[in-house]
Amino acid sequence: MGITLSAHNLKFSWNSQRNVFSDVSFNLKPGELFCILGPNGTGKSTLLRCLINLLDINQGSVEIDRVDIRDMERHDLAKKLAFVPQRWDVSFPYTVIDYVVMGRAPFISAFASPSDDDVKIAIDAIQEVGIFHLLEKSVNEISGGEHQLALIARALAQQPEILLLDEPTSHLDFGNQMQVLSLIERLRDRGISIIMTSHFPDHAFIVSDQVGIMREGSFSMIGPAEEVITSEALGSTYHVDVRVEFIEVAGRKVCIPVRYKAGCNCSTESLLDQYYRECEEHAGLCKNCGFC
Amino acid sequence: MDNSTKDIQGGIESVPNEMNRENISKEEISKITRKRKLILPVMIILYILPIFVMIWSLFIGRFEVEPGNVLKILFSPIIPMEHTWSSAEETIIFQVRLPRIIAALLVGASLSMAGAAYQGLFKNPLVSPDILGVSSGAGFGAACAILLSLSTWFIQISAFLGGITAVITTYLLSRLYKSGQILVLVLSGVIVSSFFGALLSITKYVADPYEKLPTIVFWLMGSLSSARYIDIMSIAPAIFLGGIVLLLIRWRINLLALGPDEARTLGIDITQITRIIVLCATLLTAAAVCISGIIGWVGLVVPHLARMITGPDYSRLLPMTIVMGASYLLIMDDISRTLISTEIPLGILTALLGAPFFAFLLWRRKTGWV
Repeated sequence: MGITLSAHNLKFSWNSQRNVFSDVSFNLKPGELFCILGPNGTGKSTLLRCLINLLDINQGSVEIDRVDIRDMERHDLAKKLAFVPQRWDVSFPYTVIDYVVMGRAPFISAFASPSDDDVKIAIDAIQEVGIFHLLEKSVNEISGGEHQLALIARALAQQPEILLLDEPTSHLDFGNQMQVLSLIERLRDRGISIIMTSHFPDHAFIVSDQVGIMREGSFSMIGPAEEVITSEALGSTYHVDVRVEFIEVAGRKVCIPVRYKAGCNCSTESLLDQYYRECEEHAGLCKNCGFC
Repeated sequence: MDNSTKDIQGGIESVPNEMNRENISKEEISKITRKRKLILPVMIILYILPIFVMIWSLFIGRFEVEPGNVLKILFSPIIPMEHTWSSAEETIIFQVRLPRIIAALLVGASLSMAGAAYQGLFKNPLVSPDILGVSSGAGFGAACAILLSLSTWFIQISAFLGGITAVITTYLLSRLYKSGQILVLVLSGVIVSSFFGALLSITKYVADPYEKLPTIVFWLMGSLSSARYIDIMSIAPAIFLGGIVLLLIRWRINLLALGPDEARTLGIDITQITRIIVLCATLLTAAAVCISGIIGWVGLVVPHLARMITGPDYSRLLPMTIVMGASYLLIMDDISRTLISTEIPLGILTALLGAPFFAFLLWRRKTGWV
């Protein structure tokens, strides 16, 4: 059970001048959750699009169980790999159930319409993501977060073995972010391998098995969250000072961006150490940035 | 994989598991699947409407034929009976009204169907069947044939070929761009339309203003007054071919509304389905235009009217579009031949009566569906 996805030395460029990324390699074992972090514009979404053969890679290969995805028929690929995009644009007001049933497309022959079984699978996927109450609503009347859930439901209706999620939490409020993360975890526990991109390093602590930090067109690090997500790594990736601290109530590490003010030379690092010791007594340790 | 047997595992401890799956009984699920197949009374009425309009249309016209005689004439080929009617009346019913009615049904159905398919393909509810230049191509073809004083038969063939040529040019032009995106196809359509529009203007400019020019202008306004069986027989294969293929793939048209990328991740071969839809819609439109001239508005509005009733799902929308388009154009044609003593060009009437009607529906519904 479960299939392996592996990427070997992927390289992609929109034009010949600049590579979006190069030398990208990783291995996704069955039932693993791989979280890709990285600043805006490093090509996280582009990478996902290459993994599902929406964009043609210039070099390297993506293989599912040792078969190159470019040699697979699209509908065969769609039975194994589902993709949840970050943005959507639906031109007609389909109901949520119609929308999710579309995920059955790879299983429905070209001349057929969805059967009752297809509808049942779609309803099941809708229940799974918890939007059954929206079943008959039209997709342009639901909120962005609900739409995101409907998209995940549609991907689940494909009954994929690997799920690619492009910033699944980007449209969601705080509570819904956690719900989606726990949904993702549930799916992983059910045996679906997952690759997701995220802007929140915290999310990698919450759900991931493996984390890859993408920086300047390549993975600078791949490994378990505990090893990869460090103050130094985040600092050099996002160019802000970040503290990675174990927070007891959460039971995990949490990333805290530290307020940064241009022109201040004080070392935030040492400042924070002082902060923990002294802040209760007197605020405003750094006269320049006024951080406390 | 059977999802229904799977239960929730895992979950994050710190977050209360609020996403408990609502337990939906089997009955409720079958209620939903049944509801999806439910046919509303209004749909049944609309589905049988073309038959009633068709029968009603046989009874009306400038030339008065007694209703009793119409019935007798209609049944005379099946049941042998005494001739109480004149042969002129029989000619009116069988050689004038009936072919015209059939032509109106076919043209209305074809244009609406092509419009609906294009609205799905181009992800845009404001698209009409002539988006890729079929009408201007057909107009130019017809105008050339009229200019050369060719027979009606040749005018039709020339219009058909003109329409097809324009769309092929559009398609090839769009392929010049590597990306081959849908937007490029629309742009190419605009380019080709205006080019053929200019060619059409040239033919009008050089046409003899007392004889040829009015013919060209009337052809462009659209009319079914000269429809004969032979015309119907010659366009029917194209219409049935295009129509049946579109009906078969109708559910897939939905997927195009998601955008090309999402459709591809759902396993759709975009290039192939685009080609099929363009081919079918072009066959339908070119076939319709070549016997009726240019009739606007039907292909744009009827899909909307149908969408108001069935919703956007093409499985239900496309059949509804066919019957509504057929009824709509037949009613318009009835009005065009009976309202005043001379015939009103059909292209004028479809918009003149259709536009306020559509505006009225928009006002009544007060909901956007775009």
